[in-house]
Amino acid sequence: MTGIVKTFPGVRALDGVSFDAQSGEVHALVGENGAGKSTLMKILAGAYRADAGTIEIDGARVAIDGPRAAELLGIGMIYQEFNLVPDLSVVDNLLLGHEPVTRGFLDRRAAIARAGEVLAELRIALPLALPARKLTVAQQQLTEIAKALLRKARLIVMDEPTAALTEREIDALFALIGQLRAQGVAFVYISHRLEELPRISDRITVLRDGKTVETRPTAEMPRDEMIRLMVGRPLAAHFPDLPPVAADAPVVLEVKGLSSAAGVPVNDVSFSVRAGEIVGLAGLVGAGRTDIVRAIAGADVPTSGEIDVAGKHVIVHGPHSAIEAGIALITEDRKAQGLVLGMSVRENTTLAHLDAFERNGFIDRAKENAVTAREIAELRIRTPSGEQIVRNLSGGTQQKVVLSKWLIGDALVYLFDEPTRGIDVGAKAEIYLLMVDLLRRGAGIVMVSSELPEVLGMSHRVLVVRDGRIRAEFARGEATPDAVIAVATGVAA
Amino acid sequence: MAEAPGTAQLEATAEAEHARAARARLLRTGGAIVALAIVVTIVNVFSHGAFLTPGNLTNVLRQITYNAILAIGQTFVIITAGIDLSVGSLIELTGVVMASFANAVPLQGFALVVATLIVGLAVGCTAGFVNAVPVVRLNLPPFITTLAMMLMARGLAFKLAHGRPVAVNSTAFDAMGTGFFLQGPLHALGLPGIPIPVLWMAVLVALFAILLTRTRFGRYVFAIGGNEEAARLAGINVARVKTLVYVISGGCAAIAGLLLMARFESGSPNTGIGSELQSIAAVVVGGTSLAGGRGSVVSTFFGALLIGLLNNVMNLLGIESYTQDIVLGAVILLAVVADELRKRYLSR
Repeated sequence: MTGIVKTFPGVRALDGVSFDAQSGEVHALVGENGAGKSTLMKILAGAYRADAGTIEIDGARVAIDGPRAAELLGIGMIYQEFNLVPDLSVVDNLLLGHEPVTRGFLDRRAAIARAGEVLAELRIALPLALPARKLTVAQQQLTEIAKALLRKARLIVMDEPTAALTEREIDALFALIGQLRAQGVAFVYISHRLEELPRISDRITVLRDGKTVETRPTAEMPRDEMIRLMVGRPLAAHFPDLPPVAADAPVVLEVKGLSSAAGVPVNDVSFSVRAGEIVGLAGLVGAGRTDIVRAIAGADVPTSGEIDVAGKHVIVHGPHSAIEAGIALITEDRKAQGLVLGMSVRENTTLAHLDAFERNGFIDRAKENAVTAREIAELRIRTPSGEQIVRNLSGGTQQKVVLSKWLIGDALVYLFDEPTRGIDVGAKAEIYLLMVDLLRRGAGIVMVSSELPEVLGMSHRVLVVRDGRIRAEFARGEATPDAVIAVATGVAA
Repeated sequence: MAEAPGTAQLEATAEAEHARAARARLLRTGGAIVALAIVVTIVNVFSHGAFLTPGNLTNVLRQITYNAILAIGQTFVIITAGIDLSVGSLIELTGVVMASFANAVPLQGFALVVATLIVGLAVGCTAGFVNAVPVVRLNLPPFITTLAMMLMARGLAFKLAHGRPVAVNSTAFDAMGTGFFLQGPLHALGLPGIPIPVLWMAVLVALFAILLTRTRFGRYVFAIGGNEEAARLAGINVARVKTLVYVISGGCAAIAGLLLMARFESGSPNTGIGSELQSIAAVVVGGTSLAGGRGSVVSTFFGALLIGLLNNVMNLLGIESYTQDIVLGAVILLAVVADELRKRYLSR
């Protein structure tokens, strides 16, 4: 792959990336969240199409215009969240789309024979008749590998293959990869678990901000060096100065022993936020940061724990009770969770606080218009009018509409989940300024961000989350990229 | 930076946006009016003037009343991205229950009418509540829960009525079924009076249009249909709003049931067959999206009116009833295709 470029609306995900894999090698691909690893591999697997750049296989230039084309070229993709049909049997999954047919009917016996051959070759056993949903994670993974080999894959891409495996299962997986490598299969191995790379990979490529930083043999890439290359950019200078937290600032949010089980399980999380303070939650995607703020805001109902807002105990049994208590959650996915895209700027702005706009049972349109106009002016929301449908606005502008929705409520605690994801630099700077403004108004902020510079540049304190627990706390001065990454990836406790 | 246009530029965009919105309104309402005018002219000629008479038009309004009232409730449900298949059966169930009740209680006149209406509303709203519970608690598809209610309510209606219409003994309902409003003054002008059921329809359309567009509840209905998760995270009690929407639909069915009972002087267990689909057709022809988030009670009224006019016209022209069904089906399909094309044109 040479000079691959891929742009999404508002973001340049890949900016001239080059990458190669040789037969019989395991090539690890590492980088921070959002560095472009997944995008690059999705282009290889035909899930996305590159805007520019070329792909060659065995020296011949190829066009990969869909998953089918990738498959025919011998590329097998194993996503983190597998692609098996849960209610089909293992054998049916293995041969999906390649079912042997005799006289126009499915030939079950031939299918079982064909599957058996591949499993024998791999020297693994799988319960062929069982529906895929009854398999363990490790068995599902083996099914995916066997499926790729049945399709004559010569290059297998694995995205975080060990994320959900036990130690013993990891050993078995690595043994299998080693065996296939000896037979000439090439692997691209994406992992956040840097400590396992020396065991499994031959070469390592580091991606950062959609660019290839460096490719080296694993032996010449010590872990410290790898981390430095991953985060290597200087902290961007566009963060505003954070006003210091007053020594006597009251605690606005106190969380004690919070647990929830909705997504990534949150386990016994305790921390506090003072008025005028930003607490950053750092960690890898899937570490449970979002789940922590969702539990505080009642988006998921906590299973245990205590939440106090400004010293008052709050029982959170849904978003409404959290909002009443003065907690506002600015969700990470504004399109799916933050906005009603088909509604206007005005309707979105007032949605969470419509009770304040009610007079004699009717919505006071004049007041709605006035407040919306004020928010448009204050946040500099770039919309032709309050009646504009938010679907037609740019990402940064939409994010400001989400903010306006929560700002009009004068909450005490603002939980920002990825506040600047997918928006351009100018809008980012404005959102940072708004956050500082909230601090001056006496609010406390919890910020989840996958952009390390953002967490480090915009937090008074940084909490590092892994596996649904807070693993470390750093004061502003002590939080270095290396230290945070080390805890987030499990290299350090 | 692409996001920082100057003020002049913003104003220009605002103007363009304004023009676009105006165009949208014109296309929505204007298009329908022009189409209607053309059809009316043609039909009037072919029916030798029988169509454009006050008597005939009053008749059309009277005929669409029941469907329009059902479709009001259906509009609320469909805006939340739901569907209510039980309303046809609920006309029957409430009709039978109300007729039996009216025969059993020793009330008379206006008191009887009010008491009967309350009983009917209780039955219809309860059924709507039952429809909603599995939808909001277990996230089951409303298609299934209301389909089940459709069968249960119809079966129950037949059982209660022993398989035949329950005749109403009292004459208290006559005015509501066949009476006229302002008959005297309008007659003096050579016009027919306004049938009482049409008055009911007009009042209900107005009330529910206000509820949908001017209140917090109405706003929440749209928000839930547009993005249920965003609505939930904004602190909206999604379960309560959705439940109310099915309760409203059941209540509308009860009112339609009362008016039909009054008209035919009996509560019948098979008057509502197919009504649920008619009401959905009215909503869709009125331009409400089955995907939720958009719609209007007034548009639904015009949807019901269009279908009613079409039926009336085909009757006047002596078109066979089988052919009528074919035409009606084609019109519904055309209406949604035209709506989709219009949307695409506007979002260009």
